[in-house]
Amino acid sequence: MSRVRTRAPLWLLLPAAVVLGGLFLYPMYQLGLLSVLDFTQAQVSGGQPTRFVGAENYTRLLTDSRFWDVLLATVLFAAACVLATLAVGAGLAVLLTRVSRIPRLMLSLAAMAAWAVPAVSGSTTWMFLFDTDLGFVNQLFGIEGFNWLYDRYTAFGLVGAVVVWASFPFVMVTLYAGIEAVPKSVLEAAALDGAGTWRTFWQILVPILRPVLAIVVIQSIIWDFKVFTQIWVMTRGGGLAGQNLTLNVYAYQQAFASSEYGRGAAIGVVMMLILLAVTVVYLRALRRSGEQL
Amino acid sequence: MRLRLAAAAALALTITACAPSTSAPSTAASDGGPRTGALKVWLFDEPNRGPKEAVIKEAVTEFTAAHPDTTVDVQYIAVDTRSERFKGAFNDPASAPDVVEYGNTDLPEYATAGGLADLGAVVSGWPEGADLTAEARASATYQGTLLGVPWYLGVRALYYRTDVFSELGLKPPATLAELTTTARAIRAARPELFGVAVGGKYTYGAMPFVWAHGGDLTSIDSAQSRAGLKAYTDLIAEDNCPPQNCADLTGGKTVELFASGKAAMGILGNFNRAAVDAGTAKGKYAVVPLPGVTAGSIAPAFAGGNNLGIMRNAQRPALAADFLTLLAGRKYQAKMYDAMGNLPTLKPASDEVAAKDTFVKPFIDTIGAGTRFVPLDPGWGKIDASAVLPTMIEKVATGKAGVDEATTEAAELIDEALTR
Repeated sequence: MSRVRTRAPLWLLLPAAVVLGGLFLYPMYQLGLLSVLDFTQAQVSGGQPTRFVGAENYTRLLTDSRFWDVLLATVLFAAACVLATLAVGAGLAVLLTRVSRIPRLMLSLAAMAAWAVPAVSGSTTWMFLFDTDLGFVNQLFGIEGFNWLYDRYTAFGLVGAVVVWASFPFVMVTLYAGIEAVPKSVLEAAALDGAGTWRTFWQILVPILRPVLAIVVIQSIIWDFKVFTQIWVMTRGGGLAGQNLTLNVYAYQQAFASSEYGRGAAIGVVMMLILLAVTVVYLRALRRSGEQL
Repeated sequence: MRLRLAAAAALALTITACAPSTSAPSTAASDGGPRTGALKVWLFDEPNRGPKEAVIKEAVTEFTAAHPDTTVDVQYIAVDTRSERFKGAFNDPASAPDVVEYGNTDLPEYATAGGLADLGAVVSGWPEGADLTAEARASATYQGTLLGVPWYLGVRALYYRTDVFSELGLKPPATLAELTTTARAIRAARPELFGVAVGGKYTYGAMPFVWAHGGDLTSIDSAQSRAGLKAYTDLIAEDNCPPQNCADLTGGKTVELFASGKAAMGILGNFNRAAVDAGTAKGKYAVVPLPGVTAGSIAPAFAGGNNLGIMRNAQRPALAADFLTLLAGRKYQAKMYDAMGNLPTLKPASDEVAAKDTFVKPFIDTIGAGTRFVPLDPGWGKIDASAVLPTMIEKVATGKAGVDEATTEAAELIDEALTR
């Protein structure tokens, strides 16, 4: 009888284990395996035998100075995008709780529309708006002939704006739901004690919303670190002389467009490790501050 | 603990059971396969496909009349995604076509993937095969094996606006140095025009400058190559084609600029004629070979073009060979010129075309002066995909790096890709 009892959880876990194993473990295992092989199109179609190369894909990657440049640019760009997304999303979430029904509906609809637009169409539309000669923005400011994508920082700024525009609605909606769930009594008590708006936000809302914020922050970091479409479309595959490459675009260009799948897998593994590290550090920091997620 | 053991066991099972998928190439049917049934053909889609499709339909009618109980299923594949389509066809023999059109720069990649059949026997048994020039054969040969029949050539020459030149009293340039001074003179006199449309992403526009100066792709950091690159990047400047506008232009964009009348000169191909005639430049332009360094010389052009080949996985190789030789023959090469402006590769066909249309003369002259090609190496695909040359040109054009620094960096990447 006791044997059956100890085995029962295993059987019950099996369906979940099969699904998780099939969807996550197996692809991750394949990724890791490919990253230690010399695996190009010639190997896929059987023209040449597959060869084990050990850490060669990794050493080539880590000794490539361009990789480090691109990694640095990606980290800074993602960090800026995450901060901007959170600021815009949180600001508008608070605004949503303050305005009356009609404006709230309008703002929500506008945000939902931005969220729903496919990344390729969104990026293309923004490119029309900021076109060098014919763009609405350049005509509005009377700066026809100004190429936004010529300078590295204006190009990153423009792409960053599109990334924020497409990802703030998620933050806004999630935080709005969180704020609405905060007990009114707590807010009333704070108001009675003489807390202003600013103080209520930082000392009441933020601590209560910490678990929601954690999810929003981690999601944003992962999304913005992996940005591909906006860079690919707007800077035509990495900008002038590759000045706007981010890690995902670099991986695509170096590995998949060149059919060097082994090398691409190595970049994928490195990206996964970086994101895993960021997430773990962030979660630990949260735990240390006394919050259990 | 038991759970961990079970998980570990499951993981071990997966690891031993699964390696990355590799398809074994099936060998072609030795007897030439069935002589009846549906022949599958892949040709490139074109911006203006109608005329090409009409010629192909004619060829299909002729073919099916001579081969009873056959049909020809022609698919037009997008040039942008051809690489994915071909990779898919190599990996899945069942869905592979029999006859394919492919770009000659793609040859080494497809050859190392083992996707194309040896055409040596087909071409030597084909009466018109003898008309293929040695250069044309070499461009479709990889490591001693003939893997395609060159179907047509594309080369670039200098288009210029006759109205602008006569208004300003200019002559077509006779040297590359004159090209620069002419371009600057035009921009100075007509500031709304670019002298010559050049682009940072226009590799095949830049390479003739490098080749004309005695440089090459495999020695891009040599003094000659650097002189050539400098001559090209000097054109991406305020006094001709400002970097803000031109640094990230592709070849296609320079065609648009010339066709829409925004540039007085452009380095365009024979295959761009239709696009130019569709724009405001129609009837107001002429073409000369792109000049070299010394007067009277011609800058070596890149010998672009497409081949016809047979897939190694083809179900009906014998039938495919018949269709390929029909399409690649003199008759249909001449028809394809009439329809699309594609330069024939067979000598009799190109003589025929040159005799009846003076437009091709500068292009035939350019080919006659000697053309150049990208390295026949699978590494070229990687150089192309990772944008090594556009990055180099753009770095110089935008002042991010000097010619020496940019070429040294590019040379390292090219060496790495070609020696692996």
